[in-house]
Amino acid sequence: MHTDGSSSTTSPTGAPGRAELAAIFSEFIDPAFVIADPETQRPYECDGLSMYCQQPLLVVLPETAAQVQRVLHICHQRHIPVVARGAGTGLSAGAMPHPDGVLLSLARLNRILEIDPEARTARLQPGVRNLSISEAAAPFGLYYAPDPSSQIACTIAGNVAENSGGVHCLKYGLTVHNVLGVELLTVAGESIRLGGEALDSAGFDLLALVNGSEGLLGVVTEITVKLLPAPAQARLVMAAFDTVQAAGNAVGAVIAQGIIPAGLEMMDRHAIVAAEAFCQAGYPTDANALLLCELDGSAEEVAEYALLVEQIFQQQGATSVRVSRDEAERALLWKGRKSAFPAVGRISPDYYCMDGTIPRGQLAYVLEEMEKMSQSYGLRVANVFHAGDGNLHPLILFDASVPGEFTRTEQFGAEILALCVKVGGCITGEHGVGVEKIRQMAVQFSDLELAQFHAIKAAFDPAGTLNPGKGVPLLKHCQEYRALGHGTEPNDRPTGNSAVRHR
Amino acid sequence: MADITAQLVEQVNTARTEGKSLNIVGRGSKAFYGRHADGRHARGEAIAVAAHQGIVSYQPQELVLTARAGTSLAEINAVLQEQGQMLSFEPPGFGADASIGGTLACNQSGPSRPWRGSVRDMVLGLRLINGNGEQLRFGGQVMKNVAGYDVSRLQAGAMGCLGIITEVSIKVMPRPAASLSLVSECDSAQRGIEIINRLSCRSLPLTGACWLQGKLYLRFAGAAAAVESAATGICRDYPGTSSLPADNRFWSQLREQQLEFFSGDSPLWRFSVGSSLSHLLPGADWLIDWGGAQRWLRSADHSLQSLNELVPAGRGEVCGFRHGDRSGEVFPPMAAPLQALHQRLKAAFDPARLFNPGRMYAWL
Ligand SMILES: Cc1cc2nc3c(=O)[nH]c(=O)nc-3n(C[C@H](O)[C@H](O)[C@H](O)COP(=O)(O)OP(=O)(O)OC[C@H]3O[C@@H](n4cnc5c(N)ncnc54)[C@H](O)[C@@H]3O)c2cc1C
Repeated sequence: MHTDGSSSTTSPTGAPGRAELAAIFSEFIDPAFVIADPETQRPYECDGLSMYCQQPLLVVLPETAAQVQRVLHICHQRHIPVVARGAGTGLSAGAMPHPDGVLLSLARLNRILEIDPEARTARLQPGVRNLSISEAAAPFGLYYAPDPSSQIACTIAGNVAENSGGVHCLKYGLTVHNVLGVELLTVAGESIRLGGEALDSAGFDLLALVNGSEGLLGVVTEITVKLLPAPAQARLVMAAFDTVQAAGNAVGAVIAQGIIPAGLEMMDRHAIVAAEAFCQAGYPTDANALLLCELDGSAEEVAEYALLVEQIFQQQGATSVRVSRDEAERALLWKGRKSAFPAVGRISPDYYCMDGTIPRGQLAYVLEEMEKMSQSYGLRVANVFHAGDGNLHPLILFDASVPGEFTRTEQFGAEILALCVKVGGCITGEHGVGVEKIRQMAVQFSDLELAQFHAIKAAFDPAGTLNPGKGVPLLKHCQEYRALGHGTEPNDRPTGNSAVRHR
Repeated sequence: MADITAQLVEQVNTARTEGKSLNIVGRGSKAFYGRHADGRHARGEAIAVAAHQGIVSYQPQELVLTARAGTSLAEINAVLQEQGQMLSFEPPGFGADASIGGTLACNQSGPSRPWRGSVRDMVLGLRLINGNGEQLRFGGQVMKNVAGYDVSRLQAGAMGCLGIITEVSIKVMPRPAASLSLVSECDSAQRGIEIINRLSCRSLPLTGACWLQGKLYLRFAGAAAAVESAATGICRDYPGTSSLPADNRFWSQLREQQLEFFSGDSPLWRFSVGSSLSHLLPGADWLIDWGGAQRWLRSADHSLQSLNELVPAGRGEVCGFRHGDRSGEVFPPMAAPLQALHQRLKAAFDPARLFNPGRMYAWL
């Protein structure tokens, strides 16, 4: 950790010291927002994954895109690492500061620049909170579809950087499907416009590349998103099952019927109990699995499909089915699911949220294997699951004050991710790699693939000063990790090893 | 069903050693698209992917299909149809029966695109041979995957300039239970654009909206009751609206560019713009699709530059889609920093500039 708190001498690399850099930034940024002292820096030393902490050289909170650009210019000239930060709700330590770098918070650029109700678009500064977009669009009967559970806090640029999902992305897509354009500042502070209002543009789809790039390719200073007409109606069908297997089959049966629900979520026994204790949504606490299936659209469509889904759940052996009658009941039933993380936080001193994706058909097997691991590690695990799209969030319960318990938790987590890859899935569905899953990248990708990622990064940021040490591991670290017995180089895996062969 | 990956890799390696470039050809349906041979391009050798074909896996309940890049859309559509599923982005076959790889490389989607997403939106993963002859795999067969950069979507519209796509995993969707098309008299294109945008602001099961020669065409698909009530509402609000016969070929002819509008060889310009942008060049020969977001113009009287100047900054752009002079640029110009970034990214995948040089831009 950097301790050179007050020195203004230049470091051996020629980079200026903390005080000198603070003075330079304070020439064009309100000095109250150039933070050099460790105490005031404290809230910025980690994101939502607080196990990974680091104090930066400096924290700056510019107020305009022009100031952001100047910060980048200055850091680029002096080879100072820059880590962009939105609200700091990320769950992979993506926004964790660099010890010798500047933490660049975009939180003060939080204005909604324009809502165009006719074109159904919103133009936003990076620090706009996700939920406030839908709030601002509501008077026009419109909303912004991706709804991460953190939506009251997380920022739109953070969503872009992580390609965040939400409970409604089964039908409405992820962030990448709902962003039309961005203004990007390169590491050198050059401004580049990608996309805009149209549905596509000529050239390489750099917009797709920037979504999910974890702040490694550029700093996003403006975002244009698509707004959708608010559905005339939405209804939630909740069903309880005796086994996870039965609930998994029920999900498959809904899809097989040709229905794409707006959201389709599953919770296991531990998550149901925790959520019910937290917000009394009326969940059946004796169930082993709970499905929440939301249908939206015109009143006719919702009525038709709600009935159909109810029947499917009953045929699949649901022990109870409940259909929301009004908005209040629908909101209550969602509340339990949306507060599952904090709810689990209350039944354990600490919890660690994993984020693998698996083919849905593998669910029962994966949960069973996870239960075995849970026993061998002596750590409890609760599961919430974006069942419609196979994105699993195992929450490992632990106590950080017990020596060695976090290390065991991390090992358990790593084993879960390796399992996800083994059944044909991936190590992260929506939380990103960050620092947290950087070693597991070696399980999912071969050295050649990782080298291609590095080449992409170098095309944007040749000196590697944007969010260094995140996202893509160094190849020598991968070899070390694999040598420790974490699998072999995934070079010649067959396609779809778990897949049903066609014909 | 054949896997010719090894052969493709060898061709790439040979071309690199011999200093030749390669023109990637799928099933040839989009040979018209992009720039036509500049000097270097002409010296390139064709590398044929069509024989690399076959559906590798298909899991209806997972909503995922994986196929080798040369597989024809006809084969994929037939297999999906058996299971009551479809490619929701309605890709055009352009007569010659397009391949799934070429569909992705050219980012081609049909009339439903604004409501149901594009091929770029639906691609989940792929295999790629880069300019070093390395076989790489990105994304996967699951719906959500944010590990590493999204190289799969990056291929959409890259026109093969970043490598040879050899396999594509794609999200598929259930076929709608019901579908119904309406046609309405609508003299003015501007009024057509306004109506379509107004309808798009409502929660309706729209899957097609097109204005052509004084008529507005609308398509609804989804649950039977929803389609019915939407159609009833439109007929009430817009007198003079009638339904098209169930076996009408309007949408497929639109998708395949077989309508009368597309015939002849006068330059066909494609405008990709904000859907509510005011009508441009009134009196010219227009077809407005994608609810206003994709507009086609037939005109021999304009240049790429003059048309791009018509579109206000940030609201879209124009390319020369078919016919006309294809030796100069056919895609809109880029700002210098963006162009430089394209060149660096090209070099990151294809340092020897083997693949389709000059096909997208003379400088790429
Ligand atoms: C309780 C809880 C629930 C959650 N639920 C979900 C969920 O349902 N779905 C989901 O997907 N995620 C979820 N998350 C994770 C998190 O909220 C998302 O990843 C979110 O998008 C992060 O946004 P942020 O503004 O907090 O970004 P930060 O955490 O500040 O940053 C995240 C990444 O974005 C980069 N970044 C930030 N701003 C910029 C910029 N302007 N330009 C370039 N890069 C930038 C950072 O460098 C970092 O790598 C949840 C988190 C919590 C704590």
